Amino acid sequence: MGKTIAQKIFDDHRVGTPDADVQVIRLDAVFCHEITTPPAIVDLERRGKDRVFDASRIKVVIDHVSPAKDSKTALQGKILREWARRHAIKDFFDIGANGVCHAIFPEKGFVRPGYTVIMGDSHTCTHGAFGAFAAGVGTTDLEVGILKGVCAFKSPETIRINITGSLPAGVFAKDVILSVIGRIGVGGATNKVIEFAGPVVAAMDMESRMTLCNMAIEAGGTCGICEPDRVTVDYLWPFIKDQYDTPEAALADFSRYLPDADAVYANTIDHDVSALTPMVTYGYKPDNVKPVSEMTGTPVDQVYIGSCTNGRISDLRVAAKVLEGKQVNAGVRAIVSPATPKVYAQALEEGLIKTFMDAGVCVTNPTCGACLGMSNGVLAEGEVCASTTNRNFNGRMGKGGMVHLMSPATAAASAIAGSIANSPLFNG
Amino acid sequence: MKSFNGKVLFLDRSDINTDEIIPAKYLTEISREALAPNLLEDLKLDGFDPATDIQGKAVVVTRANFGCGSSREHAPWALEVNGIHLVVGESFARIFRQNMFNCGMMAVELPADTIDELFTTFAGRETTAETDFKGGAITFSADGASRTVPFAISGFDADLVNAGGWVDYADANY
Repeated sequence: MGKTIAQKIFDDHRVGTPDADVQVIRLDAVFCHEITTPPAIVDLERRGKDRVFDASRIKVVIDHVSPAKDSKTALQGKILREWARRHAIKDFFDIGANGVCHAIFPEKGFVRPGYTVIMGDSHTCTHGAFGAFAAGVGTTDLEVGILKGVCAFKSPETIRINITGSLPAGVFAKDVILSVIGRIGVGGATNKVIEFAGPVVAAMDMESRMTLCNMAIEAGGTCGICEPDRVTVDYLWPFIKDQYDTPEAALADFSRYLPDADAVYANTIDHDVSALTPMVTYGYKPDNVKPVSEMTGTPVDQVYIGSCTNGRISDLRVAAKVLEGKQVNAGVRAIVSPATPKVYAQALEEGLIKTFMDAGVCVTNPTCGACLGMSNGVLAEGEVCASTTNRNFNGRMGKGGMVHLMSPATAAASAIAGSIANSPLFNG
Repeated sequence: MKSFNGKVLFLDRSDINTDEIIPAKYLTEISREALAPNLLEDLKLDGFDPATDIQGKAVVVTRANFGCGSSREHAPWALEVNGIHLVVGESFARIFRQNMFNCGMMAVELPADTIDELFTTFAGRETTAETDFKGGAITFSADGASRTVPFAISGFDADLVNAGGWVDYADANY
C-alpha cells in the first residue's frame, strides 16, 4: 500500500509506538522563540533537567515582541539568551539579526525535505512547504523536544488537496488558502496533514507555498506539506551545494519523500482556482471567507502588512506595486513589518521602503508585531484592521478589535481606499 | 493524579479558540498562576460572564473543535490554575488536546448526541461531574437528575495522566 509524504517521513524517524496509532518520532530540528520557550526552560530547571539533546539542532529567535516592550518581555528575552549561551546554541537570532521565526528559519536553510520539526508556535506548519513534517506544539512538547529530541504524534492521516486550473492575475496564494479554509472549515483537517499539490502548487515559488502551508493550522491541520521539487532544490541550493554534486542529485535524493502514486488519503479534494477572485475574511473565524467584491467599502482604521504569512519580499513587492505613487487614505494608519532583516535590506535596495514611506506607511523593524496584539499596532475597541496575517479571532489584535484577513495586494489597495478594496492587479 | 471531579461550567459554542481562552497579551507571563484571573475573558458567548461563572468550577462541557488556534499551552494552564482539569467536548483541536494530556489533564471526546443530551439535561443547572478514571465513566448530577456516560481515552493518554504529564514519561522512556 502506497504512502503519503508524512508517512514516509514518520517511517524514517520512528523511535517508538507507545499506542496503536501514536508514534514517537526523532526530531531533526527544534525551533524556539521567546514566548513559549522560557516557560519550558524554567520548568526544565525546576525538574533538574536543564539539558539539550543537541545544541546544533536547536534554533532560536526573539521575534514576537522585539525590541522588548516592558520588564516582562525583557525577562523572557533574558531567560532565552542565558539559556542559549549556557548550552552553546550557536543559531541564536537576537536584535539586529532577528525576524519572524517562520520566515527567518527557512531563509537560513534550516529546513529540508524529509525533516521533522517542532516549535512552540502553531504556524510551524509553514515549514511543510519544503516537504518537511513541521508541527506546532505546546510548551511541554517543546520541553521534551529540547531535552530528548523526540515528539509524539498520531499516525499521520493525510488530506490531499489538488489545486487545479490556473490562478487569475492579481489572485495570490493567500486567496487560495483562504478559499480552501472557507471550503473545509476551521476543523476540516483536525488531526490530519494536508498535502498541497497539483499544477498551481507546482508553479508556485517557495514563498507562496509557505503562505499556503502557514494557514493549514487554521483548518486544524497538524501540518501543511508540499512535494519537494526543483523549486525546493533551487531555493535550498546555497545551503546544500556541499552535500550534492548537482541540483539534479539533490532532486533525486529528495524524491524519496514524494507520495506514492497509490498513497492512501483520508480524502482527496480537487480545488479549481481558475475562477477564484481575491478573498477576505469577515467575522471571527478564518473559515468566514468571502470574495473581496462582497466586502468592498467596509471601512478600516488600520492596515497591517507583515507576519509569517505575508511579510516576505514577494509580499512587500506586491504591496509596493499597488502603493507606488499613491497615498495611504487620511483616515487609515498603515504599517509594514518586513519579516526578516534580509527582507528589509532587500526592500531597501529595491526602493520598496521608500515607496512605502512616500505613501505614508509606517515601516517597523522585523517582528511578529501587530499580528497577535501583544506588542505594537494594537487595535482599540471597535477598530477594524485589514491584515495580511493569519488569524481573525475575536480580540486577536486587541480587545474589541476586528481583523479582516487578505492578501498584501488587497491590504495595500484597502490602505489607499480607506476601506476594503480589490487591487488594480486584479481585473475581475 | 489531577482531580476530575467537581462543578461543571457549560460553554455552549463550537470553535472556542485559544485567544478566547487566554488572550495573547498575557503570554508575557512566565508563571502559570498569573494567568488565573484572565481565563476566557474574551469569550464571545451569550449569557456567559467570566467574572461570575468560572469561580468554583472544575469541569468544562463544550461543543466541537475546542482550543483551536494557537499552540499556546497557556490555554490549558489558565484552566489548570483555575482548578479545571477536565474538558468534555465533541472534539478538540490537536495541539490543545495534546497539551491537556501533556500536563496530566484530560480532554475527553464524546459523541455529538451525548453532548447534546448533557446540554439539554444539565446546562443552566447546578451540575456536578464525578469521574471514574479506571472505569472510564463520568457521572453528571444535578438536583433530581443523574447520567453516567462512558468515555474512552487511549492507553498512551492514560499513561500521561497517570505519570502527571509527558516530561517525566518521555525522560523515562526515550
